[in-house]
Amino acid sequence: MAGRSEIVVRFAGEGGQGVVTAAEMMARAASGVGFHALTFATFPSQIIGGPTWTQARISRSPVLAPGDSVDILVAFNAAAYEEHRVDVRDGGVILIDPSITPDPNDPGHRCITVPFDELAKQTGESRAANMVVMGGLSRLVNMPVQYFKEFVSTRFAGREGVVEANHMALDLGLAHLAEEAPVSDLGEPDPPTYKQLFIKGNDAVSLGAMHAGVEFYMGYPISPATPILIYMERNLVGPGRFAYQATSEVESITSVLGASFAGKKAMTATSGPGFTLMGEGIGLGWMAELPCVIVNVQRGGPATGLPTKTEQSDLLSALSPAHGDSRLPVIAPGTVEECFYATVAAFNWAERAQCPVILLSEHTLAERAQNIPKPDLAATPVENRVTYQGKNGYLRYDARELSPMPLPGGPGAYTANGSEHDSYGDTTHLPARHVQMTERRFGKLKLLEDGTFESERKAAKIAIMPWGGSKGSVREAYDMLREEGMDIGWNYTMYLNPLPPKLLEELLSKDLVIVPELNYQGQFASVLRSLRVNAEAITQYTGLPFKAGQLAQRIRSMIAAAPKATAKQAVKV
Amino acid sequence: MSANNPEYDFTWCPGCGDFGVRRALEFAMGEWNAKYETPMANNVVVAGIGCSGNLVHLLEGDQPYGFHGIHGRSLPIALGVKMARPELNVVTVAGDGDFLGIGAEHIGPQAARNLNVCAVIMDNSVYGLTKGQASPTTAQGAVTNSTPYGKLETPIDPLELYLTLGVTYIASSYSVKPRDLAKLIFDGMEHPGFSIVHVQSPCTTYNDTFEVLKGNKKKGIDPTAWTIPDDHDPSDRAQARAIIEQGGVPLGVIYKDETRASFDAGADDIRERASHKDVATLLAAYDL
Ligand SMILES: Cc1ncc(C[n+]2csc(CCOP(=O)(O)OP(=O)(O)O)c2C)c(N)n1
Ligand code: SF4
Ligand SMILES: [Mg+2]
Repeated sequence: MAGRSEIVVRFAGEGGQGVVTAAEMMARAASGVGFHALTFATFPSQIIGGPTWTQARISRSPVLAPGDSVDILVAFNAAAYEEHRVDVRDGGVILIDPSITPDPNDPGHRCITVPFDELAKQTGESRAANMVVMGGLSRLVNMPVQYFKEFVSTRFAGREGVVEANHMALDLGLAHLAEEAPVSDLGEPDPPTYKQLFIKGNDAVSLGAMHAGVEFYMGYPISPATPILIYMERNLVGPGRFAYQATSEVESITSVLGASFAGKKAMTATSGPGFTLMGEGIGLGWMAELPCVIVNVQRGGPATGLPTKTEQSDLLSALSPAHGDSRLPVIAPGTVEECFYATVAAFNWAERAQCPVILLSEHTLAERAQNIPKPDLAATPVENRVTYQGKNGYLRYDARELSPMPLPGGPGAYTANGSEHDSYGDTTHLPARHVQMTERRFGKLKLLEDGTFESERKAAKIAIMPWGGSKGSVREAYDMLREEGMDIGWNYTMYLNPLPPKLLEELLSKDLVIVPELNYQGQFASVLRSLRVNAEAITQYTGLPFKAGQLAQRIRSMIAAAPKATAKQAVKV
Repeated sequence: MSANNPEYDFTWCPGCGDFGVRRALEFAMGEWNAKYETPMANNVVVAGIGCSGNLVHLLEGDQPYGFHGIHGRSLPIALGVKMARPELNVVTVAGDGDFLGIGAEHIGPQAARNLNVCAVIMDNSVYGLTKGQASPTTAQGAVTNSTPYGKLETPIDPLELYLTLGVTYIASSYSVKPRDLAKLIFDGMEHPGFSIVHVQSPCTTYNDTFEVLKGNKKKGIDPTAWTIPDDHDPSDRAQARAIIEQGGVPLGVIYKDETRASFDAGADDIRERASHKDVATLLAAYDL
């Protein structure tokens, strides 16, 4: 798909060579002038150096996935050139550093040598190598260099010297490639009429929490969730608010529960290893009925796993992070924009059902920078806790469902108890009480059946249903197959537990629900099967996101291999 | 709370030291409420898991708020309560296994932060609730349910540990005289920082140390408990260390450092210094 109204540029090299910021800068500049753009980033596992690459996809219409084939590769060293050139499409361009000798037997690619560092030095700002690249790229993608200049002027506003040097770097890069034919003509952007943000998934989660009224945050540093901690420590200030670094995830979750008990909207964020440590605490929150939001920004697992790669392998543990009979509410955003709304929804659910809610994000979303429509705060309602205002002697856990929460200092003193308890909160072992309280805790999930969902071509007997951050790539695969005329439908929701009942009803009517997901076991498909949906997973566990083209092929094969009636129906149209 | 609910089926064994600690805590909270003219609801008791933690369900009379969490985590739960609502009086109650075993990782950080919470530790040198296993303070060589050939480790000295970690109020006592203990707990509540009142609270079923603590002249047993002399200066670290090194069970305030700011005072300071932006402004930082 790349090449016409869109372009994919990959930057590969070592950490510290500006690789990480290059794609973001390019995407930011492009969306600043009205294109749609998003980035994809992998990180080196070491602090300084180490192979890494990032990618920017720029398009005239909205995009949700990193993009399959690379139009332009910028290789900062020989290893990057060797590793990544296979991903460059035929006719694509590779910009290389003079230290790299291009393979003479590679006629499919146009290799152009650019002395990034040398040109940067001429500007007096040796760190401007990135801008040399951008100048060259502006030529190759036929995007006026003026766009990048405007970006630089805003980015370094007030620092004239830096602006000047970077402008010069852009000109030098452009001049160096002046004779080269463009790889693509993006054409004029078609700027959206609505207001936009350029933001990463993690920041969208943080802002969602701020809008929802988070008041208390504790978290322990862990990739890829750390930016949420940093954001909260910086911004969750002011009267009645508190954010601080915890000494472990055990401390994070238990302090969050303490704050919730004391009346605050509370949150913590972590990734797999920390989430596992939180298990017992999350169970306590479920048992004692304390609202809070736990963000798990998934990475590859188990154990330390793949700290800087993506995976969707914590779904089962998100549903059941603790021992014992529990099923936690889980919301998994699928786009950067959804990261904002999912977080608001998670707080609303938590307060409404007085229960921990798991927000399941993932590495690709967390680090994806993208232009999104600016959330309309006024149109995004926030729910607050129902607090008890009556007299003392309150039976906090008496009703079958929700009952107002007493707050320390106020009437209705009770004991929030992790042991099975009676109406007052005191420990009990009576069978009738365990029955009552278990049903009460599960019964509250009914209050959360208001999740929205997407449904297209409802009548089709085969549906494609991704979850979480695979949404974008899967959607592209779906669109490809629909263009071929395949009779398939589309379902999607970020509300994974409880599933919206109407959606479940729809899924139950399907012959086959295909769930592409980034884990070995096909976790969501297995959950759907436990709900009697005929679900089959298409799995991938490389630490990388799906490629739409490959996925479309796997869907074709799966449908072809499906029982005859199903397959025939699908290719009928 | 037992008066409220006949269902509650746990009781301490006859003579258990925890009875005295409960009484002392009731006195201390009562005194707190009287002094500050606050309702009982302003007190939050965060309990560990053990016979000791069950205290939160056994308080009599006017009820405070309670939080009976999970084993070893009374301190971080209290951290959340206190930093959310610094105006509340937050007390933790836990056993030696809960506080010094599974939960020991939480003492250092709260000491470093000088969290304004009062921790009342009921040390019986045994895991009572799980029926008699060795705890961190069980003597070396002791034969218990879980150390059939004798405990191999040396016991830790909690008081020395607290002092080393930088706890700013350290008191030691036993559960024999609730009125005296109540004074130490009240003093700990008043202390603007992290206070630990370490109480020898004998387990009459698995490790009855009452006689050893109080002594028995007839049997020629000298008491291990001894009263800290009046001329002890608790603000002097060296003197505090000397008290601890004398061994036995000192009764009274060992150490008190009132010079360090508490964690909530630090948080207040951040609130003063950091500029607080509304959501619209935060959002605008990402405007295209
Ligand atoms: C994570 C976890 N591990 C183990 C237990 C079992 N357990 C309950 S109480 C206890 C020990 C209690 O000893 P201590 O804290 O000294 O309290 P005591 O009963 O002596 O007052 C243990 C090991 C548990 N509840 N949770
Ligand atoms: S087992 Fe020991 S600590 Fe527990 S209630 Fe009985 S006497 Fe008290
Ligand atoms: Mg004990």
